[in-house]
Amino acid sequence: MPVLIAAPAAIGFVFLALPLFALLVRAPWRGLRGVLTGHAPLTALRLSLECATTAAAISVVLGVPLAWVLARVRAPGIGLLRALVLLPLVVPPVVGGVALLEALGRRGVVGRYLDSWFGVTLPFTTSGVIVAETFVAMPFLVISVEGALRAADRDLEEAAATLGASRTTVFRRVTLPLVAPSVAAGAVLCWARALGEFGATITFAGNYPGTTQTMPLAVYNALETDPQSAVALSLVLLAVAVVVLAALRDRWLRTGWNA
Amino acid sequence: MTGTVVARGSVRRGAFTLGVDLNLRPGEVVGVLGPNGAGKTTLLRALAGLDTMSEGRILAGERTWVDVAARVFLPSERRSVGYVFQNYRLFPHLSVRDNVGFAARAQGASKRESREAAAEWLTRLGIAELAPRAPRELSGGQAQRVALARALAVHPTLLLLDEPLAALDAQTRIEVRSELRTHLAEFAGATVVVTHDPLEAMMLADRLVVLEGGRIVQQGAPADVARRPATQYTARLVGLNLYEGTVTADGISLDGGGVLVAAEPEPIGSRALVAMRPSAVALHSERPEHSSPRNVWPATVASLELLTDRVRVQLTGTPDALADVTPDAVATLGITEGSAVWLSVKATELDVYPAERRP
Repeated sequence: MPVLIAAPAAIGFVFLALPLFALLVRAPWRGLRGVLTGHAPLTALRLSLECATTAAAISVVLGVPLAWVLARVRAPGIGLLRALVLLPLVVPPVVGGVALLEALGRRGVVGRYLDSWFGVTLPFTTSGVIVAETFVAMPFLVISVEGALRAADRDLEEAAATLGASRTTVFRRVTLPLVAPSVAAGAVLCWARALGEFGATITFAGNYPGTTQTMPLAVYNALETDPQSAVALSLVLLAVAVVVLAALRDRWLRTGWNA
Repeated sequence: MTGTVVARGSVRRGAFTLGVDLNLRPGEVVGVLGPNGAGKTTLLRALAGLDTMSEGRILAGERTWVDVAARVFLPSERRSVGYVFQNYRLFPHLSVRDNVGFAARAQGASKRESREAAAEWLTRLGIAELAPRAPRELSGGQAQRVALARALAVHPTLLLLDEPLAALDAQTRIEVRSELRTHLAEFAGATVVVTHDPLEAMMLADRLVVLEGGRIVQQGAPADVARRPATQYTARLVGLNLYEGTVTADGISLDGGGVLVAAEPEPIGSRALVAMRPSAVALHSERPEHSSPRNVWPATVASLELLTDRVRVQLTGTPDALADVTPDAVATLGITEGSAVWLSVKATELDVYPAERRP
């Protein structure tokens, strides 16, 4: 191996691995149980899991049809639509949070009607957490599923049509099962992203223990008051990430049934 | 539901245009023969509703599938066509049973009902034991049978088969071909089989349609097409020499040069095709002087090819010809590539028939 490649590669690896290693070394292993079984961390963890799961579910329900439109509809403006859909991937999450406030906040473009017509308030509520997480995470699912739909075998959809299947039936019985592995992979990615969401959440939903304080926010809070427990909470999030990565290992590169 | 399917019009695919003019009667098997790129698959796709027509109509019994002028286009799923695709296109995520039951299920049958229907079709085609398998566990011949069962389960008005045997090895092809013949004979609706294998077409079809460059160049009973091909492509397929020319007082003056004299010529001045069997051509090392054949001309041997019991000699002359002779004759004449020889053909061996006027 040439040194010019080996050296930067080694530095890169250490750079990525060192912080995680440090987290393991410095974790308060003895007091871990005490920290984690406390009331606040458990509440934050449960809130995180619930919100991330709901956000992932909403992303699947809305994102799969959206991916279908991006992959299959031939119309002018589809490129622009795709760009807008994928924008949350590159926009700083804080900016996403501010944008959400302007859109869905009490005086927001749409939020004021939600408030005055339906009495629905999203910012600074648990629903707001879900909205913020969905906003940030759904593009991950759309990207994954759109790629699979493009690669999916159109020939099989034609065959289904000759067998009397309507377009909806074709989608349900043929297309969806064929891209199921990618939907699953996309959903897991999306869930992991939602679980770690910080910027959009704290901006749009705030940081109220019990209703909007998810794990990342709790970690941030704890860092100021009790660094030991911040490390412990981080460890929990790291463990979740490792489990997700392991679950994805086999499917990471799979985009369709035959791939 | 049965009824004659009448398709007239054209299909445009970029620069390519396919002209369609077909009557497909219930119970009839129509073989579509043609070289690659002739538009065979395009024809099937237009009939199935997978491609749109640029003009014309398709009527199926009482129903209108396509009427371009009236802006009627019935999509595939509402046409009642069974389509056996060239590479079968079985659903990889469904078992054989659910592949065959797919049509029933798509029409709203319960899972159990569709599986019962599938079991019936699989039994009828003699492949009941394949029911629980996944498509990737099937051999080519098995996949072909499953694809046929799946298409028949639609109870189609029109059954379309695209090169049904092309993907099979030689041995399997023979088995599946004779099976397919039986199933097609039992099928009540109209069938269109696309192929480029003349033997397959002859065996399976009641009527042949020859497609070249997007146009139907010949239609007729397989035996007639084989005996009197209308184009060089078909002539080559069935192994005949074919010449086109104008009938004159001295014989048929061929477009490519040379004159052939036939026993029963067409009216003077008319355009005619002359079909000549390679086995009717005799080879001589010297010009035959005292013989009855009225067609004698010199030629050069271009190539020799041993077919099981005879040698096919390709000859360059005016006109060119293929001749089938015995290996013995080749040895006696001492011919090889480049040899100069004389050909003779009896006037009674030439089949002369009118050339259809083509633009």
